[in-house]
Amino acid sequence: MRRFFDRLTQARSGRSSHRSSEDDADARDAMADGQRPATDGGVPTGAGTGDGTGSDATPTDEAGALGRGLARLDDRFGEDFVESSPFWLPPFLLMGFFVYGAIAWNVLISLTDYEGFGNADYSQLDFEMYARAFGDPTVVQAAINTFVLLIAFTGICLVLGMLIAILVDRNVRFDNTLRTIYLLPMSLSFVVTAQFWLWMYDYNNGIVNQLLGVVNLGPYNFIGNPRLVLGAVVFALVWQFSGYAMVVYLAALRAIPSEHFEAAKVDGASIPRMYWRVIVPQLKGATISAAVVLMVFALKAFDFLYSLVGGYRPPNGADILATKMVREAYQNTNWAYGSAIAVLLFLMALGVIGPYLAHQYRNDNL
Amino acid sequence: MSTDTSRTDRTDRLADIDGYRVGLYVAIGLLVAFFLTPIESGFVTSLKTDAAVGNTAPYLPPLFGGFSIANYVTAVEVLARGMGNSLLFAVPATLLSALLGSFAAYGLTLVDWKYQVPILVLFVAGVFIPYQAVLVPLSRLYSIVNVADLLWFVWAYTPVSVQYADLVELTVTHIAYGIPICTVLFRSYYTSMSTEMMEAARLDGASIRRVYRRIVFPLSTPMFAVVLIYQFTQIWNDLLFALVIVSTGSSPAAPVTLKLAGLGASLEGLDFGLRMAGAFVAALPTLLVYIAFGDEFAEGVAS
Repeated sequence: MRRFFDRLTQARSGRSSHRSSEDDADARDAMADGQRPATDGGVPTGAGTGDGTGSDATPTDEAGALGRGLARLDDRFGEDFVESSPFWLPPFLLMGFFVYGAIAWNVLISLTDYEGFGNADYSQLDFEMYARAFGDPTVVQAAINTFVLLIAFTGICLVLGMLIAILVDRNVRFDNTLRTIYLLPMSLSFVVTAQFWLWMYDYNNGIVNQLLGVVNLGPYNFIGNPRLVLGAVVFALVWQFSGYAMVVYLAALRAIPSEHFEAAKVDGASIPRMYWRVIVPQLKGATISAAVVLMVFALKAFDFLYSLVGGYRPPNGADILATKMVREAYQNTNWAYGSAIAVLLFLMALGVIGPYLAHQYRNDNL
Repeated sequence: MSTDTSRTDRTDRLADIDGYRVGLYVAIGLLVAFFLTPIESGFVTSLKTDAAVGNTAPYLPPLFGGFSIANYVTAVEVLARGMGNSLLFAVPATLLSALLGSFAAYGLTLVDWKYQVPILVLFVAGVFIPYQAVLVPLSRLYSIVNVADLLWFVWAYTPVSVQYADLVELTVTHIAYGIPICTVLFRSYYTSMSTEMMEAARLDGASIRRVYRRIVFPLSTPMFAVVLIYQFTQIWNDLLFALVIVSTGSSPAAPVTLKLAGLGASLEGLDFGLRMAGAFVAALPTLLVYIAFGDEFAEGVAS
């Protein structure tokens, strides 16, 4: 992309120099109008055939100081900085305020003692809430649960997604229909899937317990038993999102040239061996990006846990930082404490996202 | 199955081994069952009477007079208003976040200036933010900037009740937090777009705005379909922002997800027939969109 624009810039400045040599009077008129000569080849030269190129960096007498200021901005930031700003600047400001402004504000609130109704008092800032969080066994347990949920959910989704993708990639018919079916749960709300799984896990009539009954197991109280509930939640979330991993892997598999499959075949490798040695290593990029997105989904499991019980307190044994944070802030009105937990959750997410973005940035993949 | 002569690659050697193909299709069939069972079980249960829910197997359709649509009648009664409310903010929020995302992606991808990349990193990172990290400031913001007071004339001169100020807040919130993902989706499309036409237009002196209006916007139609479908699903399905901004399912402006989450809590015991019917009613718009535009959804998900 950048190369294209370099070329475009050259083409345009080339054209302008050509024109000025051919038509000196014209060029001199333009100079008299206040246009500076092209300095770094990056300043548009006022090719006034269209409906506005002339306006971005050709300060006329009327435009005056403002125009010159804009032109200086263009000099500093590249030729189309000012003219393109109506496109990217408003979304950027809106998003920046709501995302980064809010995160900064959240950090500030977490340093206060804000609780109850009324306004926050920003005059006394300290780390008291963080000390409280680290000393609170329920927060520590929630952090452990979050971590377990994140790792188990992401890992199982990736493995299952890769296996399904490999199956579907082996010239199966109706592969688009299959993709539609595997992705269907993902189009549903957590609120809806929570209802389904509450019924699936029902002690008396749930399908899961009936299936286990066939092999003389159970019945188990999946939601009520603190030792089972986290696993049950992970299983339900895997059901909802492994289709995503499958779609990502399928796209990556289809991008691998057939020769790689052929070559392995000629070498006489067995199918599992061929996949393990030749194909799976080529899916590294897909694995990384799918894992990051899946972790983001896992961080949003709040909606699922809330809907399971229809309240702020998730089933015993399934409390994660996200539910703990919302409960502290919106049920107990411990705003500052909730904010501090939110910062911990944010740092956890950053630990995953930061290296990923850095990696993408280095590979020019953003 | 078996004799598909046009098959050329990968499975040549195995094409003759029928056992292998059978195993493959059995595995795929089991997976289909795995993905559809919770939905199927929920659907048949939603059509049963209370007695039949307890008596019959959870995966069988209602038999012998166990059939009833009473659950749906109740569910629609409870949820209809919530569906209307959800539509009221989901549609404008979807349209505006997609449009702003397209603007941003255009200004950051198809136009050249320095320091684009740091700005872009901020957009991309915005996709991955856990929303818990912005909730308390969001509540503070909306208690300081009081939309209900700002738009007093709406509540005063129209029959719309003042609680609907919450939906204005929800719309703005969803637009703001939807912009990053929309921008990323459009950017992935724009970077792979052929730039020859834009190049030619710029050489002819067309302004950046004109290039967008006449070339980029019309060419973005397929991506708009993808983004609109994806965004609509996301916004319709959201519970967290609705919970924080509207806060109670008993508000007349409560979105459908909030109503549905409260549906179980308000009842003594668990009425699964009603719950399942409620789940399907609430999921109906996203299900319809998904059935009609499944491919676009898959594309949005994959990129």
